[in-house]
Amino acid sequence: MQPGAISGSKDANKGRWLDVGFRRLSVGSAVLVLIILVAIALFLLQQALPAIHKDTANFLTEQQWRPDDTPAVFGIAALLYGTLVTAFLAMLMALPVAVGVALWLTQYGPRALARPLGYVVDLLAAVPSVVFGLWGLIYLVPKMIPLSAWLSTYFGWIPIFKSDAIFGKSIFTASVVLAIMVLPVIAAVTREVFLQVPRENQEAALALGSTRWEMIRLAVLPYGRSGLISAAVLGFGRALGETIAVALVLSANYTVSAHLLTPGGNTIAANIANTFGEAGSLGRGALIASGLVLFVITLAVNFGARAIVARRREFTAAT
Amino acid sequence: MAKRIEVSDLNVYYGAFQAVEGVTLTVEPRSITAFIGPSGCGKSTVLRTLNRMHEVIPGARVEGKVLLDGEDIYGSDIDPVNVRRTIGMVFQKPNPFPTMSIYENVVAGLKLQRKYKRPELDIVVEKSLRGANLWEEVKDRLDRPGAGLSGGQQQRLCIARAISVEPQVLLMDEPCSALDPISTLAIEDLMQELKERYTIVIVTHNMQQAARVSDKTAFFNLAATGKPGKLVEVGNTTMIFNNPTQRATEDYISGRFG
Repeated sequence: MQPGAISGSKDANKGRWLDVGFRRLSVGSAVLVLIILVAIALFLLQQALPAIHKDTANFLTEQQWRPDDTPAVFGIAALLYGTLVTAFLAMLMALPVAVGVALWLTQYGPRALARPLGYVVDLLAAVPSVVFGLWGLIYLVPKMIPLSAWLSTYFGWIPIFKSDAIFGKSIFTASVVLAIMVLPVIAAVTREVFLQVPRENQEAALALGSTRWEMIRLAVLPYGRSGLISAAVLGFGRALGETIAVALVLSANYTVSAHLLTPGGNTIAANIANTFGEAGSLGRGALIASGLVLFVITLAVNFGARAIVARRREFTAAT
Repeated sequence: MAKRIEVSDLNVYYGAFQAVEGVTLTVEPRSITAFIGPSGCGKSTVLRTLNRMHEVIPGARVEGKVLLDGEDIYGSDIDPVNVRRTIGMVFQKPNPFPTMSIYENVVAGLKLQRKYKRPELDIVVEKSLRGANLWEEVKDRLDRPGAGLSGGQQQRLCIARAISVEPQVLLMDEPCSALDPISTLAIEDLMQELKERYTIVIVTHNMQQAARVSDKTAFFNLAATGKPGKLVEVGNTTMIFNNPTQRATEDYISGRFG
């Protein structure tokens, strides 16, 4: 071997430049994401705080939304309630079904059928929300009337199902539309996660004498746990922030009502879409303040999910 | 406890492909039987038919009889789940449940059968881990992840998990192929202890291992690629290794194969 074969200048190596360039590109991208996040937070704060100052009511507890009146009276209570309840109900309906769909697609279904159906689920997850909204408005709302009436007749003794015999564009309807929207999102991500479960873990469970369901409980669900939580957060975030579909199927008002079948209710995102056009300057500030609340909730949900995932990190498959 | 396995005229298929043809052999209780042969000869496939694990692969099916103390495990009224509870299995790659602690891994199979109280489980965990020669190494960290152990320890954990339910038979599919020589020796020693109580069938690529641990050896071979594997001969290990009746066996044993 020739002497000096390994002693050439670092910079002489062309691959080195690519390496440095790529590192800068990836660091830059990561920093960019942070800058965008901080910029959004600052924008929201800067626009929202002056408006909240001019509010003559308590922003957190007031239900009314009349920011352009004098004196200005507005509060987040009804909107926040509607946002959380619709998103929560949507998850309550969608999550078990989505996990069921993902389990069928990965564990129970015959392969020849499960594969194309998996693509259909992916496709559904990509349908724009305005399409869901229009479908909900024109097709689902009329169909919800008899269902709501039935629930109210037989379960009316439970406060949330109590109603004054007028049904349709209610919190319940909005939740159903949201549930149908987030179902394919959660199912698609969960299916992907369940497909990653190593075959040897599943065989270990079966060889111990598990039934199919016991195998799923021993090997599939624990392995997919963190991915399942991520999928749920993704779905919950979409349900919280969904604007146009909810704006279409809710007849908006600003009250906190436990009667979920009765028309009315509103969500932060739908309210912004419905009223931003006509809002005055204080009205816009107030709407941005409501947006800030949504932003904070979404962040909190994400951090909460991260904390749950991290708690048993050393027991995840990554170790 | 230990039971006799009688296999008669076993044909095994993956879809339309026949992987194994006409296997007939008897596995004696409280003994170790080794399956040897070249890759693709069907020895692992035959092993997996003995606890009905073969059929979990889509399209896989089995013809013929496998009797466990006279009872056909492929009988129409037999639940494969019960077969697998009776016949334990240890796999080639150590496969403890990654989300479970050492303790939880050992009792995973037990918890499927009925509710146990914590003190009962504690006893089984110690007994099984002692049985797998792992107790002294892990007794102070039973709540740690099972996947955090070394490869050899993980494999012994899997053996502990398999024997915790007190099976009648233990099937081992190349249990040492991913392990270093010291861990391999530990498992081989363990097998000698386990054979006092269990019927053991082991698939191995390592002929020295077969010669060291087994009482009987079955040699599988296939005529050509794409043809089904067959059982060439089965007999006492000393006979198979020193004085085989078939030319193919002698060629394989002495390394003049192919």
